[in-house]
Amino acid sequence: MDILPILSTLRRHKITALLLVLEIALTCAIVCNAVFLINQRLERMQMYSGVAEHELIQVQAFGIGDTADAKAHAQEDLTALRQIPGVTSVALVNQVPFTNSSWNTSVKLDPKQKQATLNATQYFGENLLKTFGAQLVAGRDFEPGEYLEMRQVARDEKLAKKITTVIITRGLGEKLWPGQSALGKTIYLGGDPVRVVGVVAGLIRPALFGGDDTAQWSMVFPLRMDSDNASRYVIRTAPQERDRVLAAAVATLRKTDPHRIILEKKTLDDIRAEFFQDDRAMAGLLAGVCIALLVVTALGIVGLGSFWVAQRRRTIGVRRALGATRRNILTYFQTENFLLATIGIALGMVLAYGINLFLMLHYELPRLPAYYFPVGAIALWLIGQMAVLGPAIRAAAVPPVVATRSV
Amino acid sequence: MFGYYLDLAMRSLRRNKALTALMVLAIALGIGACMTTLTVLHVLSGDPLPGKSAQLYYPQLDPQDMDGYQPQDDPPVQVTWTDGMNLLHAGRADRQALMTGGAVPVQPAQSAIDPFFEDARYTTADFFPMFEVPIRYGRAWTAADDEAHARVAVISRKLNDKLFQGRDSTGQTLRMNDVAFRIVGVLDTWRMTPHFYDLNSGSYAEDEGVYLPLTTAYELKLGRNGSTDCWGKGSDPDHMDTAPCVWLQFWVQLDTPAKAAAYKQYLVHYSQEQKALGRFQRPPNVRLPDVMGWLDYNKVVPGDVRLQAWLALGFLLVCLVNTVGLMLAKFLRRSPELGVRRALGASRREVFMQLLVESGVIGLTGGVAGLLLSLVGLWLVRKQPSDYAALAHLDLSMLLATFLLAVGASLLAGLLPAWRACQVTPALQLKSN
Repeated sequence: MDILPILSTLRRHKITALLLVLEIALTCAIVCNAVFLINQRLERMQMYSGVAEHELIQVQAFGIGDTADAKAHAQEDLTALRQIPGVTSVALVNQVPFTNSSWNTSVKLDPKQKQATLNATQYFGENLLKTFGAQLVAGRDFEPGEYLEMRQVARDEKLAKKITTVIITRGLGEKLWPGQSALGKTIYLGGDPVRVVGVVAGLIRPALFGGDDTAQWSMVFPLRMDSDNASRYVIRTAPQERDRVLAAAVATLRKTDPHRIILEKKTLDDIRAEFFQDDRAMAGLLAGVCIALLVVTALGIVGLGSFWVAQRRRTIGVRRALGATRRNILTYFQTENFLLATIGIALGMVLAYGINLFLMLHYELPRLPAYYFPVGAIALWLIGQMAVLGPAIRAAAVPPVVATRSV
Repeated sequence: MFGYYLDLAMRSLRRNKALTALMVLAIALGIGACMTTLTVLHVLSGDPLPGKSAQLYYPQLDPQDMDGYQPQDDPPVQVTWTDGMNLLHAGRADRQALMTGGAVPVQPAQSAIDPFFEDARYTTADFFPMFEVPIRYGRAWTAADDEAHARVAVISRKLNDKLFQGRDSTGQTLRMNDVAFRIVGVLDTWRMTPHFYDLNSGSYAEDEGVYLPLTTAYELKLGRNGSTDCWGKGSDPDHMDTAPCVWLQFWVQLDTPAKAAAYKQYLVHYSQEQKALGRFQRPPNVRLPDVMGWLDYNKVVPGDVRLQAWLALGFLLVCLVNTVGLMLAKFLRRSPELGVRRALGASRREVFMQLLVESGVIGLTGGVAGLLLSLVGLWLVRKQPSDYAALAHLDLSMLLATFLLAVGASLLAGLLPAWRACQVTPALQLKSN
């Protein structure tokens, strides 16, 4: 095509051409990184929890004042909750996924270790695995006789040594013993050995303070909670029954003890949605900025394109008079835009890479995957072509007779 | 002359409405995005106690055992009960307060209101004067109340409105967790932003509704919020006063830098003394950051907010490049008109000024539109679920900054086009080309 005449024309509009290139480059760089950030957020929101999310309800109930008979209280509550029609399983647990506050402890592989291997979360509660719906992939669940009372263990060091079994997630096992089966292995809490008797497919930590990579570092211990040291009743039921069961559960808890406060009565789906609300908001905001950027860039191309067409009306007329078809004129402007966009995109890719390096340094983001570059380039080429189409059609419509007029 | 240029600018802008609208829109979008994010950043990274924050310090000690000791590690971010009480009673600072967050069940006397949980702060008497907490009715409790484990409470204005319809409730009884407390004070509207004195309960959390003496709260085993870090034998919920756990925040007021240096020295001596007693095992490792240093250390401003500000600046840059291109097109198109003005005796300087006034008008219009957009943007931010969302309001300094940024940016954008347009040779433009 007539690239050479286009280049020589552009040389006469160096500054405007340069500005257009710069705008495309900046847009390309920002949009590539923003789309990458959006994807990161969307991926994070898909995080695997390992529990039967659509079947779970959580109710927090706190007694006021003296809680001496907390153990009997808790058992009474659990029995009453189990009698609600539609309830498959109930547990009183110390923590629930996606609630942003957690019980954690250091884990060692050798009691003589000075530095702990890692820090993992501790789930306690009778009947926890079954209620949460966490899938055992190896070993067994706890036997009823294995459970100890949390209230006694917390106050008696000797009793703590009696906790000898733990169920861990596959993710934690893989981290502690890469490539080996975790079943039957021993970990140390403080100096006390605990044997892994079961492995579950997954069970997410309630809070991700240690970063998303540590999300699956969870352990379940055979400890029975009471209403003094835990307040979270987890109820499992069919997804369509959740609202009814939730209302019934609150009423039941009120009835068994009117002297208490009921907080946080929610489905796990709602709890999860709240946990990721900042990610959702950020992804929405980034998407908004991307669209705005592309619109502004497209409008800029339209504006500058219109100006160039108006400025070159006479030249276009002369070319038409000399035999150029409408098609030729159209392609001329399209090729011109394609050239400018290509230079802009090339510059934009370098810039996108630079911005990504900056983000990697300051926001601990991974490297921008290579496929973003061609996708970004195609998007900007398309937008450029669409934006220039209007002015180019107007240019093609310039009649040859313009050449004979002296403005 | 300025009036005449303004008139010319208005005429010129009216002549090509679409192009003008495009330029104004680009600037408005850029300014709107920038001011929204910068306002949020400005609010979140502000000084919570201007004028006083440099005198408030957060002492840090390292009371842990040798397990996992790394010489370069920072000391824990909270203190143990023993150390907190020792430092409090030593009284080496101008003021000192030991505290933790919590939540208490409030049982209103009126049966119309169900019992509810209220966020609480368990602290010591100096808390109120030290953090310049405004008091509406009554007074704060005294150090003697702390020692006596007195059943006294100070409540927030919001809680007072809820329970006593805003009346002076001092002297009244408030039941919390089945215990009767006497209200001694009611606070005025108050929100510490960021919530610097205890970042465990959220960096931009609302202030607590109930304030109780720490000793009273501990004695009554009221519910606690926040983090607990233990080592060695770990925690025993019944004996948190002797447990090897850090779970309290300790703040001191030191009026001069010399006192601060002396206090830091004192912390080192204290650590050595405790080590000699066998309580501490590690070599003394103390810190004494002031409020801003403490906020900085904890990276309080959310990374997302910084990222958004960068994004908005990038967006503004694109919008400005766009505007420069469009202005250049517009000004160059008027070469014949400018040629006539030059030929009639206008100097380059005057033509330049005329064009700059025109870009200034574009900038100002864009700035006004951008201001409206940023108000919409801030309204959208306030709709967001984050705990800082409610704080996103434009203040006077940011309002001024909006206009400065808008006009400054558009003048900057106008410089190159105006300069290029001045280079026009009058004679060439006068020929009927």
